[in-house]
Amino acid sequence: MPEPAIEARGLIKRFGDNTAVDGVDLSIPRGGIYGVLGPNGAGKTTAIRMLATLLRPDGGQATVLGHDVFAEPKAIREKIALTGQFASLDEDLTGIENLVLLGRLLGYSSRAARARGMDLLEAFSLTDAANRQVKKYSGGMRRRLDIAGSLIVTPELMFLDEPTTGIDPRSRNQVWDIIRTLVAGGTTILLTTQYLEEADQLAGRIAVIDHGKVIAEGTPGQLKAQVGSGALKVRVADAGRREEAAEILARTIGAEVVRESDAAALSTRLDENARAAVALNALEEAGVELETFALGQPSLDEVFLALTGKPAEPDADPQHDETPAGGPAESVDPVDPAGAAPGTGANRK
Amino acid sequence: MSTTTPAAPATEAQRIAQVLVAPGERPKRSGPVSASLTYGWRALLKIKHIPEQLFDVTIFPIMMTVMMTYVFGGSIGAAVSGTEAGGDAVGAYVQWLIPGVFAQTLVMITMYTGLTLNRDISKGVFDRFRSLPTWRPAQLVGALLGDQVRYMIAGVIILVVGFVMGFRPEGGLNGVLAAFLLLLVFSFCLSWVWTTVALLMRTEQAAMGVSMFIMMPLTFVSNIFAPTETMPGPVRAFAEVNPVSTVVAAIRELMNGVYDPASLLMVLIYCAVLVVIFGPVSMVIYNRKS
Repeated sequence: MPEPAIEARGLIKRFGDNTAVDGVDLSIPRGGIYGVLGPNGAGKTTAIRMLATLLRPDGGQATVLGHDVFAEPKAIREKIALTGQFASLDEDLTGIENLVLLGRLLGYSSRAARARGMDLLEAFSLTDAANRQVKKYSGGMRRRLDIAGSLIVTPELMFLDEPTTGIDPRSRNQVWDIIRTLVAGGTTILLTTQYLEEADQLAGRIAVIDHGKVIAEGTPGQLKAQVGSGALKVRVADAGRREEAAEILARTIGAEVVRESDAAALSTRLDENARAAVALNALEEAGVELETFALGQPSLDEVFLALTGKPAEPDADPQHDETPAGGPAESVDPVDPAGAAPGTGANRK
Repeated sequence: MSTTTPAAPATEAQRIAQVLVAPGERPKRSGPVSASLTYGWRALLKIKHIPEQLFDVTIFPIMMTVMMTYVFGGSIGAAVSGTEAGGDAVGAYVQWLIPGVFAQTLVMITMYTGLTLNRDISKGVFDRFRSLPTWRPAQLVGALLGDQVRYMIAGVIILVVGFVMGFRPEGGLNGVLAAFLLLLVFSFCLSWVWTTVALLMRTEQAAMGVSMFIMMPLTFVSNIFAPTETMPGPVRAFAEVNPVSTVVAAIRELMNGVYDPASLLMVLIYCAVLVVIFGPVSMVIYNRKS
């Protein structure tokens, strides 16, 4: 049994009165992707920065690739790469200059660093942007260059802090493909994310962090078993009838119904997708017209509701309505499965 | 594997899989000198991409030289040279003042090193630098080395403007070059004070405030504008132990063709003291910075 990639016990970090990381335990095996899931401010980034030897923990202990974070930070830095939450690139420099800079710092000669940089740009489809300043890159290009910068020397362990936050769905899928390729090449990846879906798509194991503590840990399957396999989201055409719809959903699905901030929207967790048809039928029979409905994975908010009994704080996943392309949510046309809505029915005559 | 095959693979994933380097192919990591020079190269690239940041080392020195000479020249020049107040005095004052303004301006520009650093290290790229297996002080040393180029630009401008205004150093080109070199060494060492200030202060404005607070007495309570003999007791005492006065005295000597090992040694001792105190302090703060 090889030693684990990361073994952390009781990690603590305080900033003044604020305890950002409050006793985190992690045991991350080598190979594969480990997801750390949590809302903004949960302590994900601080935990990663301690493991990447950028921050000294105030308490606890941790070994990374067999080296102690207190005693051997240099040995750790030899083997890791870090892609930060905000692009870890020099925005004033061009793409190739960034890679040459990192290549030379890693010990390549000037010429070898340039050759290596051009190879990487080519692989990441960035050759055309080689001589453009990074500040003129799109979000997706930045992410790709950022990851390319971490691969000048292939790391044994790579930290990816929210690699897809703030980029469009197409770029997100590209980044996911890149991450899977790296893992296939033998790199262990520790990824933080605010999206359950992302963790589910990529990670073999997930730790859920809230208020600086790990509140759940396991495979995506185990985690979803705790929170329900999916969610039904509906938006009623007439916001005035939302309460009526909520009662019907609660009765037919038998789970707690969440009233979203959108006055016409409701969501509920769903253990079996078949129940959704029953619920939609009941709504149809009651004459509650739906504008949209969708089956999807529970949002981070719903995960937190299930795990902690309260919503994620402070800023829970503002983007979860934008289901990424290629994701599992199926948006369905307003024409519902049980028959034509009154408006469309009239048109057919 | 990094070996490229003739047939380009179709998908991005396949291309990426090909450029991954096997652990055995890692280069030997760069040493302190090469890492520092690489960070210095980064500073030069920044000048290339944002030439506006040269404003402080081009316009400011011209302004200082012209302003100080013509505002003070007529009156202080008379006192310095013993000539009548007015036109002749200005001519005499140029000989006295240019070496001083040369030092003052470069010393003031070193302050921007700290301010730039304060802004720079808050950016994401510094997280990556810190996660690299390089000698950590290289990130600061490199920034200071890159700034040497800025100091050189400013220095050349001042000397050219001075020459146009009538400055004719007796030491000739060699004297001027020796003085320039000495001042660059001193500027590099003094910069560590500003890196310490910049790393201690949370915002650039705060760093600016504290730096100015140190800078003003350092450059004005000195022998730059007037001989220290005319100053009252405590001010004179400060002006005479002020490292800037020591540097300016040495520079005046060199530019006048006087080579005095004692004054050079004094400057180098100040340099060593500055680096020995503020270098390690900067590094300790830098390493603890989140």
